[in-house]
Amino acid sequence: MTTLLFVLLAGLAIGSAIALVVQRNPLYSAISLIGVFIALAGLYLTLAAPFLAAIQIIVYAGAIMVLVVFVIMLLNVEEEERKPLRMGYLTVIAILLAAILFGEAGFILYFIGNSPLEPLSPNAVGNASNVGLTASIGTGLFTTYLLPFEITSVLLLMAIVGAMTLARRVGLRPTDLVIPGAQTLTRQTLDPKAIGDATEVESSTTAEAARVLGLEGVPRRREE
Amino acid sequence: MDWNTLTSIGLKMLGINIAFVVVLMIVAYTVLAERRVLALMQGRLGPNRAGYGGILQPFADLLKFIFKEEIVPDKATKFIYILAPFIAIVGALMSIIVYPFGPDVNLPLIGTVRLVAAQFDVSLLYVLAITSIGVYGIALAGWSSNNKYSLMGGLRASAQLISYELSLGLSLVGVVLMSGTLDLFQIVEQQSGWYGMQWNLFKLPFPQIIGFIVYMISAIAETNRVPFDLPEAETELVAGFHTEYSALKFALFFMAEYVNMFTVSMLATTLFLGGWNGPFVEQFPVLGVFYFLGKVIFFLFLYIWLRGTLPRFRFDQLMNFGWKFLLPVAILNVVLTATIHFVAMLF
Repeated sequence: MTTLLFVLLAGLAIGSAIALVVQRNPLYSAISLIGVFIALAGLYLTLAAPFLAAIQIIVYAGAIMVLVVFVIMLLNVEEEERKPLRMGYLTVIAILLAAILFGEAGFILYFIGNSPLEPLSPNAVGNASNVGLTASIGTGLFTTYLLPFEITSVLLLMAIVGAMTLARRVGLRPTDLVIPGAQTLTRQTLDPKAIGDATEVESSTTAEAARVLGLEGVPRRREE
Repeated sequence: MDWNTLTSIGLKMLGINIAFVVVLMIVAYTVLAERRVLALMQGRLGPNRAGYGGILQPFADLLKFIFKEEIVPDKATKFIYILAPFIAIVGALMSIIVYPFGPDVNLPLIGTVRLVAAQFDVSLLYVLAITSIGVYGIALAGWSSNNKYSLMGGLRASAQLISYELSLGLSLVGVVLMSGTLDLFQIVEQQSGWYGMQWNLFKLPFPQIIGFIVYMISAIAETNRVPFDLPEAETELVAGFHTEYSALKFALFFMAEYVNMFTVSMLATTLFLGGWNGPFVEQFPVLGVFYFLGKVIFFLFLYIWLRGTLPRFRFDQLMNFGWKFLLPVAILNVVLTATIHFVAMLF
């Protein structure tokens, strides 16, 4: 039963992964990637890790891929055209790397086949039957692995701050930002030349914001 | 396989089927109730011709949906266009199996039965995961129809759902902190004190009132209902993401929306209103089923009530409200619950 499930899910994962690479329509690729994630979640379930399976679907399939699909829909990305490869030597490197990967996989399979599996003692921390449960994952994260957990959190925070900095530097114009309805924005959000100037600007329409800032008739930066 | 395993599997199957049929019947009659109650609020009569007082209207509607012509637009992306309604309805229906409809009851001939189809360690996360998959139904329907109104509806839906999913998830953290488990059945069992009135909404040390309000608002946004029904705002987008859908495929979207309303209400009942708990459930366990369904039906009425009362949000108001008000309040609730729970444990 478990073997049958494994074969089904692994087949689904590999099939979706191949479809992901082969498809020319980016949205089809995105959907195939969702298939990969769901199949992986199923594999986690067969490994007695229900928490990981649920988080896999919530985070990857439910949040990240929704954003990817959203962006593809928003930009209406056209189907990719087949172009001749620009850097032909990359093919050779790719084949080499793939050979190394397959070699590693083969080595691991050989290694596992030759060493007898030792059953874990039932009182060990990593006892296979409860290592995947929510409580043991939580305990692990907040005791033994607290430092790596905190470092990962800081890394994610840095990514957020970085994204905000990048978005700021583009310099938005009132036409980008002001939406109908009274609101208060700082001067630096509206005028790229006034970075560091946090004077508040009251505006209720695009034209009004532009007038207050003295930017009437100034083109947006992207068009400059 | 021996006889006992087979009977238990058969019972599980039977239980799942009964749960699905009950839920689908209630959903069908929610549609009728919505039309009648809304009509009452607006001083009209509503559908009252099919059967006594319109009691057969859901079946008449279903027949109509089956016999309508199936239209697939020429320029639609056919495969995804047909796939989308199935994703929507499967995502809506799959989460039904983990909700506890009642406590352990003694049935004649069968013996003691626990009225929950599947009970496992992470059933709350399972519900959230399945709900987050349902977004694709709407988003892909909007994209594959190749219609500008549909696309706008799909985009609005995905933006709205990912924004409100955050505050929805965070509003549940308080309950999880208090109960110390993600298993819905155990969460309900823990609320059985005070003669069945120790619901998480009232439970000391920190009643989850803030969490409940945040959950209800985000749940209404998650199900695309008034006043958050921007993905299908008919004054702006014709019908939003399902503009190009007809006949049974439209019916599937329609059903998915109402099943989502139902499951979201079941989650609210399970987590905040004590599930099947109520006075005298200990003496008469079967009473629990009625308490559970009664609470769920109250929430369904709330949905209809809101639809008859509130106007629609504007899109920027929706986003500002979600990110700048609801999310901070949900985080505040998590911090408060954790602190008070910890302090209470010290004494």
